[in-house]
Amino acid sequence: MISAPDVVAFTREEELEDDLYREPPLPEEYSVPLFPFAGQGANPWAKVAGSKFTRDFILISEFSEQVGPQPLLTIPDDAKVSGTFDLNYFSLRIMSVDYQASFVGHPPGSAYPKLNFVEDSKVVLGDSKEGAFAYVHHLTLYDLEARGFVRPFCMAYISADEHKIMQQFQELSTEFSKASECLKTGNRKAFANELEKKLKDLDYTRTVLHNETEQQKKANDKGYYTTQAIEKANELASVEKSIIEHQDLLRQIRSYPYRKLKDSEFHPYEPECSLDRADMGNDQDSAASDPAEPGETHLFTRVPSYTPKLIKAKSAKCFDKKLKTLEELCDVYFFTQTLDQLHHIERTFRGDVCYLLTEQISRALLKQQSVTNFLFEDVSFLDEKPPEKQYRGCQGLGQDATDEKCSEESLAPKVVISLGSYKSSVECVPIKMEQEMEDSEEPKMSESVMSEHQENLDYLDADIKGSISSGESIEVLGTEKSGSGLTKSESQASLPVMPSPQAGRSKVGSRRTVSEDSIEVLSTCPSESLIPEDFKASYPSAINEEPYADDDEGGLRFTPRVNPGVDDGQDDVSKQESLVQVDAACCIGKESPNFLEALPELGQKPCEEDGVVRIPPQPYRPAEQGLRGGFPSHDGLSGGLLPYELDSRYLSGSREVSKSSLDECSDSTSYISSAASTCSDRTPSPAHLGGAAGERHRKRAGQNALRFIRQYPFAHPAIYSLLSGRTLVVLGEDEAMVKKLVTALSIFVPNCGVYAKPVKHWVTSPLHLVDFQKWKLIGLQRAVSPAGVNVLHALSRYSRYLSILDADSKTLRCPLYRGTVVARLADHRTQIKRGSTYYMHVQSILTQLCSKAFLFTFCHHLHLPISEREPEESVVSRRMNFLKHQLGLANEDIKIVQYLAELLKLHYIQEPGQGGNPLLRFDYVPSFLYKI
Amino acid sequence: KSSVQTIGEEQIQNPYTELLVLKGHQDIVRFLVQVDDCRFASAGDDGIIFLWNAQTGEKLYELHGHTHKITAIAPFSSSDVTEEKTDLIITASADRTVIVWDCASGRQVQKVSCFHSTVKCLTVLQRLNVWLSGGSDLCVWNRKLDLLCKTSHLTDAGISALVELPKNCVAAAVGKELIIFRLSASNNGSEGWNILEVKRLVDHQDNISSLVSVNDLTFVTGSHIGELIVWDALDWTKQASECNFWDSSVHPDVQPEIKLSQSPQETSVQHLTSDEECVFAAVGKGIYVYNLQMKRVIACQRTAHDSSVLHIEKLPNRQLISCSEDGSVRIWELREKQQLPAEPVPTGFFNMWGFGRANKQANQAAKKMHENTPVYFLELVGDLIGHSSAVQMFLYFGELGLATCSADHLIILWKDGERESSLRSLTLFKKLAQNGDLQLKL
Repeated sequence: MISAPDVVAFTREEELEDDLYREPPLPEEYSVPLFPFAGQGANPWAKVAGSKFTRDFILISEFSEQVGPQPLLTIPDDAKVSGTFDLNYFSLRIMSVDYQASFVGHPPGSAYPKLNFVEDSKVVLGDSKEGAFAYVHHLTLYDLEARGFVRPFCMAYISADEHKIMQQFQELSTEFSKASECLKTGNRKAFANELEKKLKDLDYTRTVLHNETEQQKKANDKGYYTTQAIEKANELASVEKSIIEHQDLLRQIRSYPYRKLKDSEFHPYEPECSLDRADMGNDQDSAASDPAEPGETHLFTRVPSYTPKLIKAKSAKCFDKKLKTLEELCDVYFFTQTLDQLHHIERTFRGDVCYLLTEQISRALLKQQSVTNFLFEDVSFLDEKPPEKQYRGCQGLGQDATDEKCSEESLAPKVVISLGSYKSSVECVPIKMEQEMEDSEEPKMSESVMSEHQENLDYLDADIKGSISSGESIEVLGTEKSGSGLTKSESQASLPVMPSPQAGRSKVGSRRTVSEDSIEVLSTCPSESLIPEDFKASYPSAINEEPYADDDEGGLRFTPRVNPGVDDGQDDVSKQESLVQVDAACCIGKESPNFLEALPELGQKPCEEDGVVRIPPQPYRPAEQGLRGGFPSHDGLSGGLLPYELDSRYLSGSREVSKSSLDECSDSTSYISSAASTCSDRTPSPAHLGGAAGERHRKRAGQNALRFIRQYPFAHPAIYSLLSGRTLVVLGEDEAMVKKLVTALSIFVPNCGVYAKPVKHWVTSPLHLVDFQKWKLIGLQRAVSPAGVNVLHALSRYSRYLSILDADSKTLRCPLYRGTVVARLADHRTQIKRGSTYYMHVQSILTQLCSKAFLFTFCHHLHLPISEREPEESVVSRRMNFLKHQLGLANEDIKIVQYLAELLKLHYIQEPGQGGNPLLRFDYVPSFLYKI
Repeated sequence: KSSVQTIGEEQIQNPYTELLVLKGHQDIVRFLVQVDDCRFASAGDDGIIFLWNAQTGEKLYELHGHTHKITAIAPFSSSDVTEEKTDLIITASADRTVIVWDCASGRQVQKVSCFHSTVKCLTVLQRLNVWLSGGSDLCVWNRKLDLLCKTSHLTDAGISALVELPKNCVAAAVGKELIIFRLSASNNGSEGWNILEVKRLVDHQDNISSLVSVNDLTFVTGSHIGELIVWDALDWTKQASECNFWDSSVHPDVQPEIKLSQSPQETSVQHLTSDEECVFAAVGKGIYVYNLQMKRVIACQRTAHDSSVLHIEKLPNRQLISCSEDGSVRIWELREKQQLPAEPVPTGFFNMWGFGRANKQANQAAKKMHENTPVYFLELVGDLIGHSSAVQMFLYFGELGLATCSADHLIILWKDGERESSLRSLTLFKKLAQNGDLQLKL
């Protein structure tokens, strides 16, 4: 941890800074202007007024064809969470903003019904009346029995804090896309199953009908057909048509380009041959007509045996029919996976947005310090892939394409600056393009959408002109697939490079206060989860969701044509180019919040307007060049150690363990006080998976450490022992007391590697040399038994490797310390009162030490002779000079830095995958006995 | 109260400030042998032989083959001009087998199991390209493990030590006797050898416990009751003998102490080592330095350790390392005492303790000697504490450090922390250069 919300808030207070020693200014990413209302005694973390729920939650709703919008489930599944919040009403709201207008039916020129592989749409929706803001993720699932074969669903992350939704849009979108992908994968599987069953039914029906017709033919020796026979023949024909239609549907669902999900955990069923899917989809045209063909059925179906049923000729859609539940729609396995993912989302985004952002920044910065971060940080969580990571690959690409796009966009007609973007967005909506090709069944609905758009645009217009009374407004900043073009045109109009959500926000901000109710739809890009992965040369047809369309009817192309400038070439190359553009556009839309350069301007603007900080610190994504380039990351290394890490993280994530670890060092008062103090938010913010426990542990450790340095006058030499790698043994009879001391001191222990903190809380057996290699801080039982004598004997035998803190007699036996670093680290007159704050203080000083150790380790001439003939002595003297004068270290401080440097070296030169022998370094220095 | 000299925690001259614990053995580790510049093998009562990298402490091979404890181990490196150098080690075990291992591949090359008794010692005669195994009889083998010749049954107790002597001779310690054998080329075969007993030396009063060759002209034996005999290696005659040098009254420059009894354990010559000038003997708890030219003990540390010294070795830099059953390793330095014009030995001090008379003469005698000969003493310059049980043996690797093996199943590699640190820096910058990170730095 580098920072925390409660320290961030005070960073600009000058007098505080003067009190401390001179410090370099905070990094830019951390500086937050003071909360403007702070003077009025307002709590900046005060709960947003008016919200009817106690904490953030996730809501899954469905637009049921029978009953309309209805909530299905919430996560966490607790009635208390949503409180008096009207889920039904909110479901209606969120379902009403689905712009994807999924189309299924008979497109003109096509003989068969077509499945439309609709992309998810992601919108942000605000309801100031309910005090709720939501990230809404719409998705469509297939159901053979549903109207048009589709069932629209949506998942919404609902929070009272709109900033959170805005700031975390990126992350939310990524996480929800994963969940959605998981659901849809399961759904495709289930749908294919269903289709196969239906096909068997139909096949059976056809056979039966055929037989009947034959019999009639035989029985009828007259020259003409009876009406009965004609009816039968018609029936047979319709069944046959139905079979063909269903076969086609089956082929469509199967030809769906298999997306490789990044997270394999979601996709354990992924077939081996998925690479060939695209090709297979084309080749399957004939093959797919045979539903029983085993070669492909294994992909989706594992139905042991199915007895076909006779299908009534007229199976009318009736409303009393029970629709499938979500669980039935998807495979149970995938459903539970999705729920897991949603729970994960809920955990991740719990807490105040400021906290989340600071956390993200810290994590991003820490991640860069791949050489030193293992020393004092808990690096296990750094392995979690941050959401933006997977997009990094295409970021550069996106930037390249930007210029091109700019020039293209500039050709587009522009309207009024403020409204231009909205208009163009509507114009660009690809839905329209599809609508043009639709038959007349659907347009009605989409037209209504359109008119609504128009209405609102008009409305907005009016709004700007000054009208105040407003019932409802929808602000469309961009919808799917048009997102790119829109953002671009908008930024052309106003700011050179503008992060879209922020831009949107800052603009809308003042206006929104007027309208009582508003829905904001922010640049929602198409298929953001799809393109980066699928856009690999090996998937020429990946984006083109209906590969067969090209083969069947040349005239029908459903290639999403986002950019008017790109001609839809027939060859793959040009297609790919267009894909590049889609991709790029996507990335711009998505990644634009990263442009930190644009931030100051943005930050200013709203401040001028209403004095409210509109833009909290931005999620920090490291620039590609710059800081990053320094050293190679140790991905390989961590990969080698993965099982252990995973294990430990898993453990820390699980409740029981965290609870037990809490009990272990429990200190109820500190917990209560800290809970009362920092818990401005309604729920504790987990830093990361299992972070809640870690956070609490830190508080406790900090509190105990604070107590330790106040209580024991010889805290300095004890801490020095830990920092210089000399094992400190805390000896005592009372286990709880010893453990508390160990917890307190553990924050000073440098890690030897990424895998384990070298702290052992409680040992009862005699120590051995091997223990000192493994552990740098040990709690040891003092017993009166003969075994206890052995314990003490071992202690005296190995006394040269140890510092011994006797908790019972309050003595310390350890080497002398005359440096200055520890005095700053552990000042017994410190004004710091809270454990977590003290923990931060310690971390910051330790980080300083780390940076010194880093400099020392990686300065070439300090360790190696400059010229061949330079004697070793001059190198040594240069080294000492550097430590003393350049780094300003005195006496024993040098040893601390040397020890840390040694750890850095070991960590760096360690071969990945190879644990390496732990070595024990020691000095032959005399020890002294300290007493209170 | 122990009279063992102790050194504080401040040991400026002790270079070993870093250690690596090598785990692997499941029983007492008794033997360490150097294979080449950076490898060594360890063996012990668990019958497993480990091959280690002395620099990194990396376990190279784990050699399984013996079912009982290892009784002898010897490196056998062939440096034939024709073939490339191969490093072999020969191990003998209580399961009455001898196995030859290849250190490069970690494989068993060959196994001989035709012994009637346990082989207790192995000696390689590099010059003749043969090796000898000593048990109840003495066998001569060539590289291919063909038995070239063997002696008749000597004794049930077996040969306890073997040493190579000039002129194709070997000396074998069999109980109290020292038997000299000579190897001679047989008449019938080109590679055949005959082994003949040449002489039996029966000067020792008790079992010979250690046997060491000093140079081409001399070798030394030590027995259980503390006899030390220096032999001429060519004609096998006794050059000098010292039989009661543990007696404090003889050596005035040593702090006298009260001795109640002399148990044989305390006078047994456990181990001998030598350089050109001196023979260093581990006798009981003490270390004695016997000068070959002066034919007397020039320095000693009567109680160098808390219990028996098991192994001593002379380092090139006038230092001596000893290890003991008490689990510690000590580093000594042989120093020349500053000659003072008048020896300030207060006789009254001895009178106080009732030693007055006995020591008076001795002191005078000593004084006489001091006038023409330099006086040496052993100074403790450092100790290494790490093992929790008896340190059986150690192996000095020069710059690479020191390997010690112990009854606590561990091997500890002691290293010079400064040197290791700078080596790591070197590796670090090499790796940086490899990864191309050096360029990114300013």
